[in-house]
Amino acid sequence: MTRFESNPCGGLRIDLAGTSVVLRGSGALWIETERTLVVADLHFEKGSSYAARFGQLLPPYDTRETLDRLDREVTALSPSRLIFLGDSFHDAGGETRLADGDAERLAGLARDRQLIWAVGNHDEDGPRVLPGEVIDEASILGLVLRHEPQAGLQPGEVAGHLHPAARVSSGRGSVRRRCFVTDGSRLILPAFGAYTGGLNVLDDAFSGLFCRPVLAAALGAKRVHAVGMKSLRPD
Amino acid sequence: MHAAAALPPRFQDWFATRGWAPRAHQLEMLAKARAGRSALLIAPTGGGKTLAGFLPSLIDLSERAPRNTPAGIHTLYISPLKALAVDVERNLMTPIREMGLKVVAESRTGDTGESRKARQRIKPPDILLTTPEQLALFCAWEGARAYFADLSCVIIDEAHALWPSKRGDLLALHLARLQLFAPNMRRVGLSATVDDPDLVRRWLGVHRNDQDPPPPGEVSAKPTEGARAADVQLAPSGPPGHIPQGGRISEPDVDLVLGSGGAPPVVEVLVSGGRVPWAGHTAEHAMAEVYEIIKGAKTALVFVNTRFQAEFAFQRLWELNDEGLPIALHHGSLSAEQRRKVEAAMARGELRAVVCTSTLDMGIDWGDVDLVIQLAAPKGASRMVQRIGRANHRLDEPSRALFVPASRFEMLECRAAADAILENHLDGELERTGALDVLAQHIMGCACSEPFDLVALHDEIRTAGPYADLSWEDFEAVVDFVSTGGYALKSYDKFRRIVPGPDGLWRARNAQTVQRHRMNVGAIVTAATVNVRIGGGKRPMGGRKIGEAEEGYFEQLTPGDTFVFAGQVWRFNSLVGADAFVSPAPNDDPKMPSWGGSKFPLSTYLASRVRKMMQDEGEWTALPPDVQEWLAWQKVRSALPGEDQMLLETFPRGKRFHMVCYPFEGRLAHTTLAMLLTRRLDRLGVGPLGFVCNDYVLNLWSLKPMDDLDLDALFDQDMLGDDLEAWLEESFMMKRSFKACALIAGLIERRYPGEEKSGRQVTFSTDLIYDVLRRHQPDHLLLRCARQDAATGLLDVARLGDMLARVKGNIRNVRLDRVSPFAVPIMLEIGRERAPGDAAGEAILAEAEEDLIAEAMA
Repeated sequence: MTRFESNPCGGLRIDLAGTSVVLRGSGALWIETERTLVVADLHFEKGSSYAARFGQLLPPYDTRETLDRLDREVTALSPSRLIFLGDSFHDAGGETRLADGDAERLAGLARDRQLIWAVGNHDEDGPRVLPGEVIDEASILGLVLRHEPQAGLQPGEVAGHLHPAARVSSGRGSVRRRCFVTDGSRLILPAFGAYTGGLNVLDDAFSGLFCRPVLAAALGAKRVHAVGMKSLRPD
Repeated sequence: MHAAAALPPRFQDWFATRGWAPRAHQLEMLAKARAGRSALLIAPTGGGKTLAGFLPSLIDLSERAPRNTPAGIHTLYISPLKALAVDVERNLMTPIREMGLKVVAESRTGDTGESRKARQRIKPPDILLTTPEQLALFCAWEGARAYFADLSCVIIDEAHALWPSKRGDLLALHLARLQLFAPNMRRVGLSATVDDPDLVRRWLGVHRNDQDPPPPGEVSAKPTEGARAADVQLAPSGPPGHIPQGGRISEPDVDLVLGSGGAPPVVEVLVSGGRVPWAGHTAEHAMAEVYEIIKGAKTALVFVNTRFQAEFAFQRLWELNDEGLPIALHHGSLSAEQRRKVEAAMARGELRAVVCTSTLDMGIDWGDVDLVIQLAAPKGASRMVQRIGRANHRLDEPSRALFVPASRFEMLECRAAADAILENHLDGELERTGALDVLAQHIMGCACSEPFDLVALHDEIRTAGPYADLSWEDFEAVVDFVSTGGYALKSYDKFRRIVPGPDGLWRARNAQTVQRHRMNVGAIVTAATVNVRIGGGKRPMGGRKIGEAEEGYFEQLTPGDTFVFAGQVWRFNSLVGADAFVSPAPNDDPKMPSWGGSKFPLSTYLASRVRKMMQDEGEWTALPPDVQEWLAWQKVRSALPGEDQMLLETFPRGKRFHMVCYPFEGRLAHTTLAMLLTRRLDRLGVGPLGFVCNDYVLNLWSLKPMDDLDLDALFDQDMLGDDLEAWLEESFMMKRSFKACALIAGLIERRYPGEEKSGRQVTFSTDLIYDVLRRHQPDHLLLRCARQDAATGLLDVARLGDMLARVKGNIRNVRLDRVSPFAVPIMLEIGRERAPGDAAGEAILAEAEEDLIAEAMA
């Protein structure tokens, strides 16, 4: 079983392929020794993409809400490096649909730190105008950070893409929350964006990624809860 | 009969060959039609009400001169139930056939085949029988104006059930539209007995906005102080139309026609074995006697209030059913096919009893029903009258009804209901203001049909009763919502759904927008459901579907659990996507989590009668001895609440301290009150631990005693302000309300072209949308709608407001050293309730983690 302990801030500290990392209650990953904050699947401008494609006018505040969440993490941790782990925009046109204030806030994130955009399947080219470095993957302290988990044994891989969510059940009922999922060797981050849904960790998409029983770190209101296989349910 | 002379000879003969004489109200409806008047017919079932509605149209059609051009629809019949539209079509064929009339009458529902629907568009029948949802589709069609140009009459069946709902709002808007297409169209409403017919007339009629302001004093029709106070608290900007504005509408132009009352019903209350249980909801103690009574009747309808009770009673009756009487089950979770089978068997007179929920409150007449049994308290006098009306449709014979109370408070309620029915007193309804999410859907529909002018559309909408007071500001806000989403952040100007053209008229953006609207019409929002299918194992094959259940139901079960559904015991195997797989299980003590269904709150009117009965010892003689004794004991040991008082008891029990109040205002209002009190008690440092509510009582318990609290401050009406607001925002009920409003208003879609999106998936994403919207634009139109719905529906804030005003300075506090006789039932209910909401979710997560830690330590 993966070893874990709770962190004073409500996060969960785990040992990932030999590196100590913190799974934050926001859904972000904090690599403290490198002062690096990693967030996956922001899906900026997902709301407006529905308007553009189908004429469905969802509230256009999702980017703003996601930025608010990011701001809280950046204020709390003062990271020197910020990594967006792919699917940062919901679609290629997302960057051009940003409201003025939102675009400035996003650019501001690169001001005092290194901003890295790992590309994902929704944003294969990365941003065109916004500052920051566009990469396919990054290596930090033996961890490999990329958007989509690769097949086969990948010790130290940190990925997003799958939007894991856990349905946790007890005698009193069940609850569904976004979660991290890890076997101590590989870690999948929950989606960070305000409009991102979740895929149950018991779904086929997760099978084959882990060779030991997984730990789901479910995001609660005030802290991260470590949940074992026994308490997980399909949807 | 001389009055029959009003009928053409062919119709006179037909009545004669049937051995009938036309009834007075049938002739009166004919006279109204000839005078070109709209009319509301209120008559009990079995009075030839449907024929009274159609007779003028049949006569008119039979006298119609042949035309060169094909005629359009003459009469449109709207029923709230698909099955009823089909049944009425069948019944209507009898007079048409027997008189040899050249009249084509056809039904059109969601189940009608595509080719028949297409033919109906090209060659309209003379009489079209359909549902409000099909009418919504017609009204969003570009051919609507021409199609309905010849319309002479609209008949709305079961008007009493339709008007006070969002479906009623939408239908009223469609009537306004039809009136525009066919200015001479008459409106006919068919309704069961209601407390205030003027409310139905106002909904049904055309409203012409007078330019002159009315003289003072004539303005208020029936304002509800509580509702208004609550609304103002909830929406500081002011709810739409609740405060009547200048230019009051004229009297509704709908004449009232009353059918004769028929014989008064015979209502009895069953005291099985001479005793009434302290607590419970199932009336299990009386089941053997109920079975004997069913044996003595020809056909009995056994009404219950929830699906759980239906399954339970059905199960118990079959255990007792040594004679193998044909007893069937009917409720909303069963598959449509199964329900149709039961209805058909009933129509053929093959059944001796049907255990049913509100699904059989209305529908076609079944001649053979001679007894209506109500298991557990009826909750409202009006609904009960409706249910009793399902028995014995011959007017001259009385309907027979039997109430079976499940507990002592229910005994009081049953007695009060029986008295109310005999005195012909019904529950009062509140005046209704049309919902703005419904209006949004209608405006989009109008744009899909033909370009509209803003001012003309506003005028048209205000001719509909529920929207008679719609302000220009609210109208504009809704139009802006339909067009751009109504956001303060103006992101969507280039994605508008409706756009003004160079001619100043508004139209739908493109064909895709129109198509998407048509796939999402209607104001019925069903709870997200899963299909219950037979199948086992982890990857089961799609087995036979036995019904549907609300999605929360199976979350309470773990694979391997057994439960009762559709009258059988099943083992729950797995939940995969939108399918729950189950397999038959042996009949041994199944687990029975109660699930939603309809849980009606006790009506205000019945509640006040119950309070009065407790005070008036003279009325106790009508109660069984053990209940009388219980009341007397309560008087000695504690106190009986006065008519306008609220009794509040405090006492210790075990390590806890209890506060038990007796507002008698229904479960919804009590739950809201308990939630708000918990917040306050928490701030006072009392350490509230939990609560449980039923229709009569609420019981809160805490770590510290609550004897010395300032009760007037604790129950002050200001709890409906900030506390309510703060709690509401986080409440799962608001999320549920928001989802319904978002679906109706077209913000989110029921179905996407080419992809079936199940309710389960939608649940998640609307919650996200809600969270984001309330943080970034708390005054958005749909949040306003959701708050208002939650306040009137799920939370009953209006009623809570009335109650807090009533008991102000009138709380009778009794401090006890132990539980009182009245408190026993609610003490017995502790532990049976599951606390919903976020706090419970966190507890579940914490528990799961403890399990994991325990496992790690082992």
